[in-house]
Amino acid sequence: MSEYILTLLVFVPIAGALLLLLVNKEKGGLIKSFAFVIALINFILSLYLYFNFVPENGFQFEVNQSWVQSLGINYHLGIDGISLFLVLLTTFLSSLAILSSWSAIQEKVKGYMVTMLFLEAGMIGVFVSLDLFLFYVFWEGMLIPMYFLIGIWGGPRKIYATIKFILFTMLGSIFMLVAILVLYFMNYNYTGEYSFDLLKILQLPIPFGAQFWLFLAFALAFAIKVPMFPFHTWLPDAHVEAPTAGSVLLAGVLLKMGTYGFLRFCLPLFPNAFMNFVPLFSILAIIGIIYGALVSTMQKDIKSLVAFSSVSHLGFVMLGLFALNMQGISGGILQMINHGISTGALFLIVGMIYERRHTRLIEEYGGIARVVPVFATFLIIVTLSSIGLPGTNGFVGEFLILLGAFKSKTVYAVLGAVGIILAAVYMLWMIQRVLFQEIKKEENKNLLDLNLREKITLIPIVLLIFWIGIYPQSFLSKIEPAVKNMLEYVNYKSEQMSSCEKKFDEICEAKDEPAGYVKFELRRCTEESVLNLR
Amino acid sequence: MYFIPIFPEIFLFLWAILIFVVDFFLKEDKRKNLGYLSLLGILITIILLFFSAQGEMFGKVYSYDSLSLFFKLVFLLSAFLAISVSIDFVAKFRAFKGEFFGLILFSTVGMMLLSSARELIFLYVSLELVTIPLYVLAAYLKPDKKSAEAGLKYMLLGAISSAILLYGISLIYGITGTTFLLGIKTRLMVDYLQIGPIGPGLFLSFIFFIAGFGFKLALVPFHMWAPDVYEGAPTPITAFLSVGSKAAGLVAFLRVFFESFSVYNPDWVTIVAVLAALSMIIGNIIALPQTNIKRMLAYSSIAQVGYILVGLVALSERGVSSVAFYTLAYLFANLGAFVVAIAFELQTGSSEIKDYSGLSISSPTLSFLMMLFLLSLVGIPPLAGFVGKYYLFAAAIEKHLIWLVVIAVLTSVISLYYYVGVIKEMYFNKKEGGEKIFLPFGIKLALLICIIGVLLVGLFPNPFLNLASQAATVFKY
Repeated sequence: MSEYILTLLVFVPIAGALLLLLVNKEKGGLIKSFAFVIALINFILSLYLYFNFVPENGFQFEVNQSWVQSLGINYHLGIDGISLFLVLLTTFLSSLAILSSWSAIQEKVKGYMVTMLFLEAGMIGVFVSLDLFLFYVFWEGMLIPMYFLIGIWGGPRKIYATIKFILFTMLGSIFMLVAILVLYFMNYNYTGEYSFDLLKILQLPIPFGAQFWLFLAFALAFAIKVPMFPFHTWLPDAHVEAPTAGSVLLAGVLLKMGTYGFLRFCLPLFPNAFMNFVPLFSILAIIGIIYGALVSTMQKDIKSLVAFSSVSHLGFVMLGLFALNMQGISGGILQMINHGISTGALFLIVGMIYERRHTRLIEEYGGIARVVPVFATFLIIVTLSSIGLPGTNGFVGEFLILLGAFKSKTVYAVLGAVGIILAAVYMLWMIQRVLFQEIKKEENKNLLDLNLREKITLIPIVLLIFWIGIYPQSFLSKIEPAVKNMLEYVNYKSEQMSSCEKKFDEICEAKDEPAGYVKFELRRCTEESVLNLR
Repeated sequence: MYFIPIFPEIFLFLWAILIFVVDFFLKEDKRKNLGYLSLLGILITIILLFFSAQGEMFGKVYSYDSLSLFFKLVFLLSAFLAISVSIDFVAKFRAFKGEFFGLILFSTVGMMLLSSARELIFLYVSLELVTIPLYVLAAYLKPDKKSAEAGLKYMLLGAISSAILLYGISLIYGITGTTFLLGIKTRLMVDYLQIGPIGPGLFLSFIFFIAGFGFKLALVPFHMWAPDVYEGAPTPITAFLSVGSKAAGLVAFLRVFFESFSVYNPDWVTIVAVLAALSMIIGNIIALPQTNIKRMLAYSSIAQVGYILVGLVALSERGVSSVAFYTLAYLFANLGAFVVAIAFELQTGSSEIKDYSGLSISSPTLSFLMMLFLLSLVGIPPLAGFVGKYYLFAAAIEKHLIWLVVIAVLTSVISLYYYVGVIKEMYFNKKEGGEKIFLPFGIKLALLICIIGVLLVGLFPNPFLNLASQAATVFKY
């Protein structure tokens, strides 16, 4: 079982989507139930991962089959503590997203559900691939379902939003393609073997100069996806125009691919470059935190408020990752999950109220807590978790991140903490204007409260919010060993590389700047004498 | 039991003549069947390819090797697809239905011979056999002014480019005293050892060769004819031009430059690299504002040649194999897009992109296929175009041509915009009441082949990669 589980997770949605193509498109109810059942089966399958995961074991549930032999491309899947919860988050949110579109999507239901299932498969694929080629296939392939999701079922400016989304992400990722190929040939020159296998490429001693450029190429792809300030401009458009389920998956899962990429690829592959870029990226993260929060404060539309708050929250995650210590990175990973849950829930809730009133403007509401008490309760809980109230999941993540940032550089933590205060400002102010004060609009007096399906959608989220908030250990205990491994490996590798680079410089100086070919050989000798990576 | 190497060409040539003869004896309304007869001929030729011995003929003038096998398959496949989509298209013509198919077959024979040519005169004659039927075919919709213009433009510019090529050949003959590719190589090697760097005469002839082949490839700056001809010519011919004729130019280019001029690699390869970069930039940028799908695909095909040449300038076995592989991937995706355009044009009479709006409602399957073809042209995984581009870029990066790859990937992003523009029309712009596009048998068949190709080459590229790498073993690097 453990060999096939990841393959199943990727291919069950694809098989489901293909089966769905055969169903008559008039049968909307059947299509929705079928898609939901598929997503649910996938979620249940993914729970197998949680229960059989051994924190100390590194990569698990691995499969490694040759796919394109002549190019050294393998079908290599596996997860560790870093990706485990992201996979679970994906299956979880996909099920909820399908459930949430039950009444919101009325036209082209079949196409919608097929797109959602393909999207789910692509997202899981990104998190479980351990072969760079395979990773890129999922990474790029996933753009297309998202493109259609926004473009067909989106809001009024959907075409602009979706084209902006696809151009931005493609621009970023295409440089990663080049960098992947460079790594591929570096690996060949070093080992004599053509391979895209991440675990093999991790062993490569990459010279500082090359690390710099390769890091930038990878980082651009991931920074656009996160999105980091100043690459964030596609995000508000895409979020606001996407249908509810699209926003949920976009915020909940797609953005995490960027942060996950930094952690999985940039950090262990190019540790020295990563360390050199810590100041720049930390500062960009802090700008993102504060800028995102300030812009959120001024939004008139609830959905774009949540969208900009994502920029701020993802800034926290980045700050944590670039703290480069145990607390920061574990907190960052936990915060990825938290943000997926809380912001996903916020988008779901906004979608629910939008279905009733067909507006998302804050000024259209006010005082509705009296009319829809259940809705109000859910909204308040989720908002508080998003702010990071102690006892909810957000607190644990942000606390760990700030702790980590404080350890790495005090001023980052101080500046980052400003973001939490601002989060309280924009979120609570929004709550105040939407839920409380007087009922000004006639239409709001007769709003219907949440129905059973909507409650079922939100209850698991609330449970998770408190579970992580009160007993985070059940999550952290699985995350931390992986982070520890990663940090040890990164420190070891970066030291080795530094000493190698230093020795190489000394030799070069002694030899009076030798010519290119000699230099290459010298480098190899130095590497062999200094490095003990494999 | 194996036939002589040139047997498939002889067979197809006779078959083409047969088509012309049978044409006389058929009634007007029965002439459509000539299309099926031509398809049968192509199928038999494909089978014959595998039952013919590989080897040389006529004292090394003609050689049937793994490279020519690969490209012959490409030519026959594109001819097959072009004919199968024209079966219903020829109903548009008032007369000469049979000749239409016969001429395509003649041109295909020319391409097949060209891919085996190892002597310059033979190469030149084959090239003329490729293009002269195409001049006629481009102008086939005679009453249509655009088609007449296309034919005339193609012929005039084609004749000039042939003359330039011929001039290049004569210069080479003057310098080396031979027209055999291997002989030229030996002679240039001796010259290089005795005289050293390249002389002006030789350099000029390289440029003439590049210009001559560049015209067939529609490489910038020899691309001016392409958009007008592509727009004016009957669409199946445009499809055939954009793949078959291009692949023919490519194989001739490979033969001459990799076999004969390899001594002076650094001298010509820089020029080709710059032209490739220009093709990618100019082709993609001018494709952006196009409103006619044929013109858009014309400019996109100019850009695609740029990508193909990225693999060529790597000057390695991997490079040539990636060129061959990408040609195959391009064949399925590009012809697929053209087949959809033909089906659409047959029914609505329009090839404007804006008329595609709402197609996803009236003909969901057709729009879905079109989407896959276009995405394959962009290079989105897991389709054929992606593996192809990956392989091309890999070859170039291996040779440290990072600058060229960066241009290639940046222009790929630009290309995304106009390919996706068509998808946008089909899926996002709603226009109710569009009629369902009827698909005749020939078009269905072609669509099926193309989509299987796009998916198979993308998901299971192994056998195709092996075939392509085998083709690349022909040259010494």
